[in-house]
Amino acid sequence: MTDMSNQSAASRDSASWFLASARDRLAGLLDPGSFVEFLPPSERVRSPHLALFDLPAAFDDGMVVGRGRLDGQGVLAAAQEGQFMGGTFAEVSGAKLIGLLRAARDNPDLPRTVLLLLDSGGVRLQEANAGELAVAEVMRAIIEARSAGVAVIALVGGRAGAFGGAGLTAATCSRIVISEQGRLGVTGPEVIETNQGVEEFDSQDKALVWGVTGGRTRRLIGGSDAYALDTMAGFREAAVSLLGNPSPFDLRTLQAEQDRLAARQQRLGACDSPAALWATLGVPDPGAARDMDDEAFAALAATVKGTDHDAR
Amino acid sequence: MVTITLRYTTRGPASGHAPSAIVGVVASGNLEVLLERALPDTVCAVEIATPVRGYDEVWQAVVADFVERTSPGGLHISINDGGARPDTVALRLMQGIRMMEAGR
Amino acid sequence: MTLDEILASLLPAGHDVLVRPDRLILGTGRRRDGGAVHVIGIADGEPLGTAGVLPLAERVLRVIAAGDGAPILVMVDTRGQRMARRDEMLGLNEYLAHLAKCLLLASRHGHRTIGLNYGKAAAGAFLATALATDVLVALPGAEPAVMDLPSMARVTKLPEDRLRALSRTTPVFAPGLASMTEVGAVAEIWDPQRPLDAQFEATLANVPDQDVRDALGAERGGRRLALDVARRVAAQATGRLHAAAS
Repeated sequence: MTDMSNQSAASRDSASWFLASARDRLAGLLDPGSFVEFLPPSERVRSPHLALFDLPAAFDDGMVVGRGRLDGQGVLAAAQEGQFMGGTFAEVSGAKLIGLLRAARDNPDLPRTVLLLLDSGGVRLQEANAGELAVAEVMRAIIEARSAGVAVIALVGGRAGAFGGAGLTAATCSRIVISEQGRLGVTGPEVIETNQGVEEFDSQDKALVWGVTGGRTRRLIGGSDAYALDTMAGFREAAVSLLGNPSPFDLRTLQAEQDRLAARQQRLGACDSPAALWATLGVPDPGAARDMDDEAFAALAATVKGTDHDAR
Repeated sequence: MVTITLRYTTRGPASGHAPSAIVGVVASGNLEVLLERALPDTVCAVEIATPVRGYDEVWQAVVADFVERTSPGGLHISINDGGARPDTVALRLMQGIRMMEAGR
Repeated sequence: MTLDEILASLLPAGHDVLVRPDRLILGTGRRRDGGAVHVIGIADGEPLGTAGVLPLAERVLRVIAAGDGAPILVMVDTRGQRMARRDEMLGLNEYLAHLAKCLLLASRHGHRTIGLNYGKAAAGAFLATALATDVLVALPGAEPAVMDLPSMARVTKLPEDRLRALSRTTPVFAPGLASMTEVGAVAEIWDPQRPLDAQFEATLANVPDQDVRDALGAERGGRRLALDVARRVAAQATGRLHAAAS
């Protein structure tokens, strides 16, 4: 049960993904009333480490896992709460996701799709080693699940984006959905600025941040498989469009990815700005493309070579 | 971290049949409230975990006001506080009990 | 031990492993029984960016395609991922994940993968290399870390000495080999006073066939909850299934 139960279906559908909580996203994405949570808050599985830093814990440690239905089809789902400790991977939050993935891997009777609603700045520093290990274990569990025929679909569109370990986790999934507001990367802009200086990355320049790591760039470069409007209906539509026939995790797929990434390095490695990147990709007017609405952008992206591929 | 435990006798039980509900998020200026239908009809227990010291009386006042207004008997209410203002606390408690009353 | 000393002790039967100008390590060694060991890695604390990933990943894919079943050794001395606007714009997350995926695929194809952290190892580069192997070992003096303490202090807005004091009471966040061993990331620390090839063979003979790091963390006390939480979620996921079916 969430706060959304009193809204009409139409207003629920148009609610912003970016602004929503993890629980509201699950409620908005999945078929109404279908979500059943594993290790719910009443079980109080909290972080044992936050008290050491005088930080409040959450009853779900910022990770909600369970099963539900997406457009009538059974799915497993996990959602990170980006507002709690930056949605970070930690001992408990990571373990919840790993348990879900391993269950999918081992049980052919469970749904063959896992939806991963990422909203994370990476690893929780107060539990850094546990968090980093959790990411490594998640990546391995995703690969094992994919090898068992499970599709793992990442949905990226929250305030924390998917950085650090979350960025690598997304790129381990079968498919990635991203919205304009979503961001995908490794080192956060502020950290690059602190380490390399403001000329390397002005983290206050929002246009630059989104130009480098944001959803439109990712979609154009082939770093995401579907582009969603920033609404519950938008993400649902995009996720549904990716159901069925995920690319197998095998040598051929990784060889194709090697070729794709090598070609990208070759073709775009000299670009020093998002505008230069988009122009090289064949976008006629990068400024206009940045400002156009989502529907127009989605249509434009479909015309750019290399945005769609099976090599992940 | 500070833990505050409060206990009340209410006029009657909270209505509805939802066994539990969760509202809010642990974040700066916000809080998470877990409500569970787990106690006798005229008992309400509230546990608060907060990193902010020195506000015991404010918590007591806000929670007592909520209990008086809504008669949440039978409910065990657990709060993880991220440093929320009293009006946000009151809001979440009201959202919480509405969810409990609306549930099947 | 220098890299050359490590290689000499690890592969006394011979090897052609070289460090390239871009600090990537590539080559092949011979085991005592005559079998091959494929070697990749990063040297001299070099950061790992998009350009560095490609030759390493390509090598792993060639090894898989050749299908000789030989083990792959991943030698790691890197200060972390390259922190540059250009690498981020190019999708560094995909490149680093790609390398990890190649190593995971190699393992699935029968190539046991061993990570050897002999220098630095941090963050995203750690995930892409050392942490994507079947088993991770280290030499004393290795410095695995998620982030250095001064940076952690800056980001968490805590005084550095407070973090240092806290790190003495728990292995869950502090940089270093002791912490990484206790939480289950590092399986064992090799003894530089004894021949490395014998220790390598012993490690190879005991490569687990599943991810045992959370079990190790529970056993050693560095991560007391992770294994149990994962098991409980899996049990609930399948328990509900059985309830629905009955």
